[in-house]
Amino acid sequence: MNAVSGNEESAKIDSQGGRRSFLTAMFAVAAAVVGGLLGIPLFRFATFPLRKAEAAGDWSDVGPVSDFSSLTVPVARTITLERRDAWQTTSSQTAVYVLPAKDGVLKILSPVCPHLGCSVQWQDAQNKFVCPCHSGSFGLDGERLGGPPPRSMDVLESKVENGNLKVRYQYFRQLVPTQEPMA
Amino acid sequence: MSTETTPDPKARPALVERLDSWLDARTGIDSILHESLDEPIHGGASWAYVFGSGLLFLFMSQVITGVFLAMYYVPSADHAHTVVSYMVKVVSAGSFIRSIHAYGSSGIIILLCLHVGQTVLYGSYKGRRELLWLSGCILMALMLGMAFTGYLLPWDEKAYFATAVGTNLIAEVPWLGPLLQKLVRGGGQMGTLTISRFFVLHVFVLPGMLIAFIAGHVFFFRKAGAAGPIKEDPIAPKLPSVPFYPRQVLMDAAFAAVLIGILAVIAKMVPMDLGPAANPADTHFLPRPEWYYRPAFQWLKYLSGHWSLVGGVVLPGILALIFAAAPFLDRKLERRPWKRPISVGAFFLFLLVYTGLGFASYHDDYSDPSVAAQMHKQDVDARAFMGSPFVPENTSGSLPTSLVSADPMMVKGHALFQSQSCNSCHGEGGVGTAAAKALIGVGATYSDAQLQALLQAPNDKMTAGGMQPVILKPEDLKALSIYLRQLQ
Repeated sequence: MNAVSGNEESAKIDSQGGRRSFLTAMFAVAAAVVGGLLGIPLFRFATFPLRKAEAAGDWSDVGPVSDFSSLTVPVARTITLERRDAWQTTSSQTAVYVLPAKDGVLKILSPVCPHLGCSVQWQDAQNKFVCPCHSGSFGLDGERLGGPPPRSMDVLESKVENGNLKVRYQYFRQLVPTQEPMA
Repeated sequence: MSTETTPDPKARPALVERLDSWLDARTGIDSILHESLDEPIHGGASWAYVFGSGLLFLFMSQVITGVFLAMYYVPSADHAHTVVSYMVKVVSAGSFIRSIHAYGSSGIIILLCLHVGQTVLYGSYKGRRELLWLSGCILMALMLGMAFTGYLLPWDEKAYFATAVGTNLIAEVPWLGPLLQKLVRGGGQMGTLTISRFFVLHVFVLPGMLIAFIAGHVFFFRKAGAAGPIKEDPIAPKLPSVPFYPRQVLMDAAFAAVLIGILAVIAKMVPMDLGPAANPADTHFLPRPEWYYRPAFQWLKYLSGHWSLVGGVVLPGILALIFAAAPFLDRKLERRPWKRPISVGAFFLFLLVYTGLGFASYHDDYSDPSVAAQMHKQDVDARAFMGSPFVPENTSGSLPTSLVSADPMMVKGHALFQSQSCNSCHGEGGVGTAAAKALIGVGATYSDAQLQALLQAPNDKMTAGGMQPVILKPEDLKALSIYLRQLQ
């Protein structure tokens, strides 16, 4: 019984020329309103991480430049890293080496050995950097002297702002001959 | 099936036709569509019938926006407020989606009133529709539960205090009250377990029950058939019928578009606010529930002593029972509202009193200067919080807090583990990396003396893996060994 009335109705619609296309248009309008008002914001909401600019390694304070003006040997300084993960930040501490100034420019080295990532230590007695893991050694300027490391110690980007030395701490790929930052 | 043997003469594109017959042969989609779209509506389509499908539409909108909100939400007392504020202030369209979801719950309450009002006015619960009505009553209770549990989740001041008051009411229940309250809160006080419980109810339990009861509600509705206009016989319909599709479907679709349009305009113009994080120590905060719970809130103000049990628990319970029993109590098939003054009158009297209580609550707040000032301050605070930039949550540093109170030898051992770069290969806390094995559990394998010997003179396998002898003073070696042996 229902089937008959249903078929009759649809037959009627067909005979009434533009009625069917009008209906289709009305449904399309309703679908477009709902889809547009809900679908687009939902899509933007879910894909937000794609548009968010990655914080490109923030700058950490090392200390006042005056502290480093009379250095004769590299010194280790502890810096605080702020890592932002969406709605939380994690602060952790790590060490960097500040080298004696050359032509008034301070150079900062990462203590991470480019071989397997152990912390390289400055040895006053030997006047060089020595890695405690596999005995890689580096000179006063961080240049490779001997042992398994494939390259010299990694230089970190640094700048002076209002008399303060700042460093952009980064990790670099190990076991490769060139200094490549890890994404 | 016939569609496969006799090609349809209608001028549908051949591809659509072939796809349809392919799908139909495998799913029976044509008869399902026929069954759902050609339902007869006696007396014709009407705008009076759009509220039910409007509710279904808003429920689906809540499910979809809710699932998206869950992509960023964390149900924990120490993160909930931060993540909601991150969503609202940082994530694209976050404030809009949250507003659609929050205002959507108000929309559902309004539509529930319209849907129930239309059913009562039209006497559409009559004629073998008891189960249809009862499933609807349960759906209404579940929806009110969704509104109550969802309100807490942002964990701002108003969410916290409104829920504290709401859950205090549970304690009024005779005998079991205090026990029930503790169960709902997950403890004597509101806390992180309260959020977990409300989250599970709001996201898993209640939606699951809603879907099951919506399925039952639609099934009972289809079994009984649409009741039609007030002059129609609810059991043996006599008026000529039109199919559900297209007229009623079109009205329902237009109504859905209007609903989402209204929600979008409100969400854009007046985004749902988020107040400062809940501070249980704040004694000045005046808790107020959402507008649809305001009348109940006002009602409780008039009750004191043992009347609070009668008025707060017994009376609402009896009213709810009478309401649920309506199709059993009002059994005549008469549907014209003017011929059944008691049932229609009682419903609208209740609605009037409920609305009146709501207005009285707002009136009380505005007419008491000190309350009005505090309410204004709370609004200002919430607006100020909404206007301030997002502040990320600071997690504690990498040093395990358990070490702070640990044995000094172990702390020393931990420091040596790091300064000797053991962590470079064996990982932080000895969890192991690609370069070297985990050290967790070495305490079970080696004694203190064995471990110290092994550290000073690694075996062949260790040396092959890149392990160097550890050269340390005896007491340092002992500290390192103590640290290593407790790793788990």
